[in-house]
This record gives sequence, C-alpha cells and structure tokens, in this order.
Amino acid sequence: MRYIANLVNADKMAGRTRKYKVIFSPQKFYACEMVLEEEGIYGDVSCDEWAFSLLPLDVDLLSMELPEFFRDYFLEGDQCWINTVAQALHLLSTLYGPFPNCYGIGRCAKMSHELWRKLEEEEDGETKGRRPEIGHVFLLDRDVDFVTALCSQVVYEGLVDDTFRVKCGSVDFGPEVTSSDKSLKVLLNAEDKVFNEIRNEHFSNVFGFLSQKARNLQAQYDRRRGMDIKQMKNFVSQELKGLKQEHRLLSLHIGACESIMKKKTKQDFQELIKTEHALLEGFSIRESTNYIEEHIDRQVSPIESLRLMCLLSITENGLIPKDYRSLKTQYLQSYGPEHLLTFSNLRRAGLLTEQAPGDTLTAMESKVSKLVTDKAAGKITDAFSSLAKRSNFRAISKKLNLIPRVDGEYDLKVPRDMAYVFSGAYVPLSCRIIEQVLERQSWQGLDEVVRLLNCSELAFTDMTKEDKASSESLRLILVVFLGGCTFSEISALRFLGREKGYRFIFLTTAVTNSVRLMEAMSEVKA
Amino acid sequence: MNRTKGDEEEYWNSSKFKAFTFDDEDDELSQLKESKRAVNSLRDFVDDDDDDDDLERVSWSGEPVGSKTRPGSFQSLSDALSDTPAKSYAPELGRPKGEYRDYSNDWSPSDTVRRLRKGKVCSLERFRSLQDKLQLLEEAVSMHDGNVITAVLIFLKRTLSKEILFRELEVRQVALRHLIHFLKEIGDQKLLLDLFRFLDRTEELALTHYREHLNIQDPEKRKEFLKTCIGLPFSAEDSAHIQDHYTLLERQIIIEANDRHLESAGQTEIFRKHPRKASILNMPLVTTLFYSCFYHYTEAEGTFSSPVNLKKTFKIPEKQYVLTALAARAKLRAWHDVDALFTTKNWLGYTKKRAPIGFHRVVEILHKNSAPVQILQEYVNLVEDVDTKLNLATKFRCHDVVIDTCRDLKDRQQLLAYRSKVDKGSAEEEKIDAVLSSSQIRWKN
Repeated sequence: MRYIANLVNADKMAGRTRKYKVIFSPQKFYACEMVLEEEGIYGDVSCDEWAFSLLPLDVDLLSMELPEFFRDYFLEGDQCWINTVAQALHLLSTLYGPFPNCYGIGRCAKMSHELWRKLEEEEDGETKGRRPEIGHVFLLDRDVDFVTALCSQVVYEGLVDDTFRVKCGSVDFGPEVTSSDKSLKVLLNAEDKVFNEIRNEHFSNVFGFLSQKARNLQAQYDRRRGMDIKQMKNFVSQELKGLKQEHRLLSLHIGACESIMKKKTKQDFQELIKTEHALLEGFSIRESTNYIEEHIDRQVSPIESLRLMCLLSITENGLIPKDYRSLKTQYLQSYGPEHLLTFSNLRRAGLLTEQAPGDTLTAMESKVSKLVTDKAAGKITDAFSSLAKRSNFRAISKKLNLIPRVDGEYDLKVPRDMAYVFSGAYVPLSCRIIEQVLERQSWQGLDEVVRLLNCSELAFTDMTKEDKASSESLRLILVVFLGGCTFSEISALRFLGREKGYRFIFLTTAVTNSVRLMEAMSEVKA
Repeated sequence: MNRTKGDEEEYWNSSKFKAFTFDDEDDELSQLKESKRAVNSLRDFVDDDDDDDDLERVSWSGEPVGSKTRPGSFQSLSDALSDTPAKSYAPELGRPKGEYRDYSNDWSPSDTVRRLRKGKVCSLERFRSLQDKLQLLEEAVSMHDGNVITAVLIFLKRTLSKEILFRELEVRQVALRHLIHFLKEIGDQKLLLDLFRFLDRTEELALTHYREHLNIQDPEKRKEFLKTCIGLPFSAEDSAHIQDHYTLLERQIIIEANDRHLESAGQTEIFRKHPRKASILNMPLVTTLFYSCFYHYTEAEGTFSSPVNLKKTFKIPEKQYVLTALAARAKLRAWHDVDALFTTKNWLGYTKKRAPIGFHRVVEILHKNSAPVQILQEYVNLVEDVDTKLNLATKFRCHDVVIDTCRDLKDRQQLLAYRSKVDKGSAEEEKIDAVLSSSQIRWKN
C-alpha cells in the first residue's frame, strides 16, 4: 500500500493527474484501507476486489495460492485468512452439496470450521435437500505434521518441485533439461500423459519406466517402414501427432531426470537421505548431529542446513542446549549474523527449539503456577509460548507405526504401504492420521495420539444426518491442508485411495515443500 | 431557537427519540426542560392572579413574565406565522445537540462484526465506552476472522490511549497477536517497542530493535546502529552474537577500504592475478575468513585482515579454520601451504600429518580444485578408514594407493577388477602384475 501511495503522491507532486485502480485479490483488508486513508490517497484510487479463491491445478488438486498463509498464521498468529478458507469451503459446499461428514485437527482447522458453519447458517437454504457429492471433508493444520513437510522428496513430482520449483502447476525447465539453448515452461498435470504415469512413482522406478517408453515409442516410429501409401497417410493423420507429442514429453522428462541425478550426485544426496532416515527412525543421533555441523561448516546451503536442524529438533523434542548453542553459533558464522532473527522465528513457530533443563510436565506446571502468583502478566505469555508444544514425535511414531518394520528389501516397484514415498523409511504422519480417522469414521481410539499431538480439544467430528449420501459420494474425500501440502503427501494419499477404494481431492492453501517452509521463516532474504 | 410548538411536539414524539418518562435515568438535563415546560404551562392558569402583579417574574428564558410579547420558546401558532416572530437566544440546558440521532446505526456488536466480516462499510464510532469497545473486540475474536479483529484494533488504537489499550490487550492473547502483527506490517516501530516494553517482553523488544538494521544500507550507519544494539536485553548468548556482528562489520569496513586502495594501486600481485568479484561488507564470518586466507594469508596477527587475527577475535574453532584455509589455499593451488596446514611437529621433532576434519574431506576439497594426482595420492593415503580410502583412491585414480591397499587387504579380486580399468602397458599395469605374481602374498580371494 505504501508503495502505491508513493507512486500516487509522487504524481501529485509532479502535477500529474491520473486515474488509479487497485485490484485486491482475494480481498481487501481493512488495514490496507487505513493506509490508503493515512497516505491521503483514499479518494484518488478506486478499489476493486477479485474474489479469486480456488485454482484447479489438476484433476484432484485445488490450490488457494496463498503461500503467505503459513507465515501469517503459524508464525504471527494472524487469522486474516481464515475467512478466505471458510469462503472457499462454502463455495465448494454450494457446488457439491452439503458435506455429511467433517473431521478436523488443529486450532486453525477448528476456527475455519466454525466460521464456515456460521457462513452456512447465514446463507442457508442453498444446499438443503441436495444430494451430497463429496462424502467426507478433512481439515488439517500444517503444524500437526511438520516432519513430513521437512523431508527430502523422492517421488518424481516431489523431486521436480524440490529441484526445479513448481509454480502454479507449471515448471521452468532450463537448457540443460530441454537439450537446447532455450528454457521451456511446462504445465505439469494429468494432461501430460507421460508425467501422469510417473508422477507418483519413486524416483528409482522412473528412469526404467521412461527408457521402456522410449523404446516403445521408437518401435512405433519404426512401423512406418513397412507401410504402404494408404497406411502411411493414415499414420500421418492419426498417429504421428500423438507420437510426436509423446516424444517431446518423454525427452523433456528424461532430461529432467538426468538433471536431477546430476544435481543429487553432486550434493551427495545419498548421505543426506541416510541422515534424514536416521533422524526419522531415531538412531545414530550423534552422527546425524555431526553431519549437520559439517554441513553448516562447509556452507553448503543456508536453507538446507536450517531444514536439517529443524528435523533434528522436531524428532528429538528439541536440541540439547549444548548442541543448540553450538550449531546456532556455527550457523551464524557460516551464513550471516543477521540470522539471529531467523532463529527467533523458528523458535516461536516451534520448528527449532532447545530442550529446557528438567523438561518434564511437572516442572513446567510449577514454573507457570509460580508466575501466576507473581502476577507478572507479561512473563506468563513468555512461559506459555515456551510451554507450547513438545513435539513427542517418537511416541507418536511408535503409536501409529510410522516406521515400517521390513523383512528383507522394501520393494519400491510394488509398494505395499504409503512409506514408499520416503523409500520405505517413514509413513507420512498426516496421511496416517487421515487413514485412521477415515477407517474409524471418528477419533475413537485415537485420544492418546491426539494428546501427543498437543491437539486435545482441537480434534473434532461434525456429522450431519444425511441419508441422501450415496455410497459413491462416501468414497470421495476432500482433504484440506491449512498451511500447505507437499507432493509427497498427495502421492501417498493417492496410493491410499487406490488401496482402499477412496478418491481424494486435495484443497490446499498452497503447494509447499521444505524449501518454501524454511524461506517463510527466514527473516533475511537468503 | 425558533421553533413552533408544532415542531416541538413532533420532535418530542418522534419514534427515533426516546420518549420522556419520569424514570429516564440518563436524562437528568432534559428533565429540566420538561420542568420548565410544566412550570410555564402552569403560569397560564395563575397568570391573572393580581397579587403577584407587582413582582416581576422572570421565566427561564430570562424575559419577564407578562411582558407584551409572549416569551419563551412556546409560541402560539399565530405568533409563528407573524412577520417578526420573537426569538430566544439565551443558552438552554439540555442534551448535547450532537446526540440527536438522525441516522440509523443501531447495530449491536455482533451485528457490526458480522457486517465487518462481509467487508461492508461500518462506522465503529458509536462504540465509545470502554465496555462497548471491549465487547466489540470480544465479538470480533469469537468470529475468528483476523481482518475483522484488525479492523476493530485499528479503531481502538485510534480512540484509546496506548496505556489503556495495552492494559486491555495484555490479557487477550488473540487480539494481542493481531495488534503486534498489524504494527509490524504498517511499520509502527515506536508503538511496537512501547508495547513490548509494557509487556516486559524484553527479548522481543531487543530483537525488534535489532531487526531495523536490515533497513540501513550505508555500512558506517549500519555499524553505528549495531553499536546501539549491544546493550539491549538479549539473552547472554545472543548478546555475544550481537557483539560479534558489530565487530565483524567494523573489521570488514576497515579491510574493504584498505583492499580497495591496494587493488586500485595495482601493485599487489594477488589482487592483480585474482581481482575481487565482490565487496566483503556484510558477508558472513566464514566467508570473510576465506577471503582473508585468500588475499592476506601470510599477514601477521597484528593486522585486522590476517586470518589468525580473525580466528582469535571471533574464537573460530580449529575445525572451521582448517577447513576454510584449506579451501582458500587449494583454490590458489598453493600446495605447500596446504601441506603446512596439516603438518605438525611432535615433541621429538618428527613431523606428522594431522587433520581435525578427516582426510577424506581434505581429499574431496583438493579434488574439487583439480589438485595434481601426486598431491591427491598423498592425502588419500592418510585416510584412516580402509574402505573409504580404497573408494576414494579408485574414484580419483590414485593407482599406487589402490594397489598398495589391495595388497594390504590381500584382496585379489579387487585388484584384478582395477587392473581392467588402467591403461594398457602403463606403469601401473606393470606394478599390478608384479604384485599379483608375488609369491609372498597369501591372497584371500
């Protein structure tokens, strides 16, 4: 707003009269109006709102394209986007009938659900008596499962995002991928037949698949050798275009794979994954910490070093104070002292914390109760924010069987569970929660898990008596990720869908990955 | 005032205005008016009492009763229609004029909040009492919409003193968070700092102040600003970091000025051979150390730009120091310096090589900088773990090391496999054959 105001005021000073229109998307905030008024240009600009809320990125993926949601809500505690989410849900329920079953976990999920219900009440009548087309809605806060979002992705779509950065469902492939001197912007969705077949596959399968396809393609091309004029004419008019298209796509994806392989080898990806798995599984923690220390010393990448530290912190319930101090110092020395601010952000968001001495529940309770009697009101907030959320990842992992026990090799070609998206090492927590709740059609039996997730009172079910729901619709599930979702989670749930006969539709505030998460927390532009 | 009796009636009886009742508690002043009316209307009846003729009675309006022109605001209709109606200018006691409601704005707090959520124009001005304001805020918070909460906070910020505002928000966490974010977004640094001071959130106070340095581009000014940050209520560790930040920038300014001078003078070889690609200002410490190891390696501890000085001032751990120095000297292909880094004399005067970072790392860095095979070989040999040693030797084609290690491991298969990779008729092939045919080795495979 200030930028706009500066432009307008500069024009005014220079005596230029112009018409100005500001278009707010998805909505105008009152704070913006205030700034316009303050800067004296309220009357000079006309304002419009473009209530764009849902972008279909694919046949089963809707994005609200609100990457700022994560930082605004999970770092700053600002609820400005909750209305936007409620509106989006309202729009969907207007289009696809009432949702008979609604589940959720997380504070933001709860608030969004409540506001959405209020909206429905205010504008009732639109969905009454309609046949529901979507049987279940599941709302999830990103902070219920940070671990999954911080892991390196190894399914093809996730790898492409981690390596090349997918934006709004499309990606820029540079010359090294296109094998030409030009870059190409490519749309990545189900329309790309080649992509659609490999997107959810573990990377180890992709190359083999693509080479097989290339061989098939070559065989098809070669058919033309034995053709007569009539067949040739037919071939050219019917098949050639499709083959050419497939060829183009194939070469692009093969190029992408090669580029990914090259980058990963250079980065020593193998070692990195080994460390991540160790952290997930809970062994060799000392070695993993040393690996991270070395990673920082070598100034490999500020974002990656940060991500590894956060993963260590969440899986281990915070870093031990000695490690926290030492790694923080080394990070500041390697990547810049101003990252002091980044560390403060990460601590506030619960992503990178220090184990407090005597970190037992009773110690916390006595600390807080003492402050209450001291009437040091401000200090209470400090205490509460530090009380916020022990991670409990190991306990949750055990209870939900997130680390599969494998006899022999884990077959990545024919995966048997959702852990394949992380090479068989780990089932994404968020996906497991969804799986369990859908199976039970409630939170029954999951009380302990909910408590460990620090979501007591924040897990809910909302079922409306809906006998009109067809069995078809009951297999359709809308999963709403508040704060972003990764391609790995999408792949895992697509797998679950195939296994159990569900169909998932994903609504996310934005597509995300570990890089975006870390960037959002970074106070300094890396 | 120039009102006809008709107007008065209409005014009093209008539905927009509360009807007067004797138990109208908040309207004491209007009672006066009503009393006046009652009294004056009574006078109509007692008017022809001659006993009171000689006493001049004065009505509320200040004009004597019984004067020729009928005083007061209650004039008859005929008077109103006459050409010169009598006016009364004396001040009247009653409700402030501004409070006569001439537009409908009766929305309750929950209605107001609902309107705000829809983005409708809504004046919050009527929520004047603190109680009303807080009720409005409560409604906004229970609606969960951050935009609405912020809108109410904007209003409260404007109409409440900051002490009252802070005091009330201190116990309302959700609203407090929104105010903090709002102040950050609009850049009201001063109020934000005041708020943190009030809440006794000393660390956030310090961090907020420190954050400002990112907006200062000029190095000198930034350095001065950082100096002001040093005494702030950071945690003990963070205070040390802030001190380091200041010291680092201070040093960088000196080094930068000096080196720019040297570079332009064109006399110093290192700067001629490897012109600087960027300024050292605001670079992290490790980068600064690398720079110093690159351009000022041989300088004595006394100068600000010497690596040893940096190491001492910032207490850089040995590991980090060696790693960085190695990277810098390797880039310059100064193999003697690399050698010196790892060579130590033990107490008997014998030299040996030690590395705090693991020789496999050393080898990788050397390879990255295209070190000649002889150098590489020497360091591969120093790798402790045999498997790693063999791997690296094979990867980097350090033939002697491969051959020797295979011989030590008595691993014939491995050696044979390697033989197929070497050039035909080369010296290493010969060596391999010699080893393979040696009768002294009891091969295990």
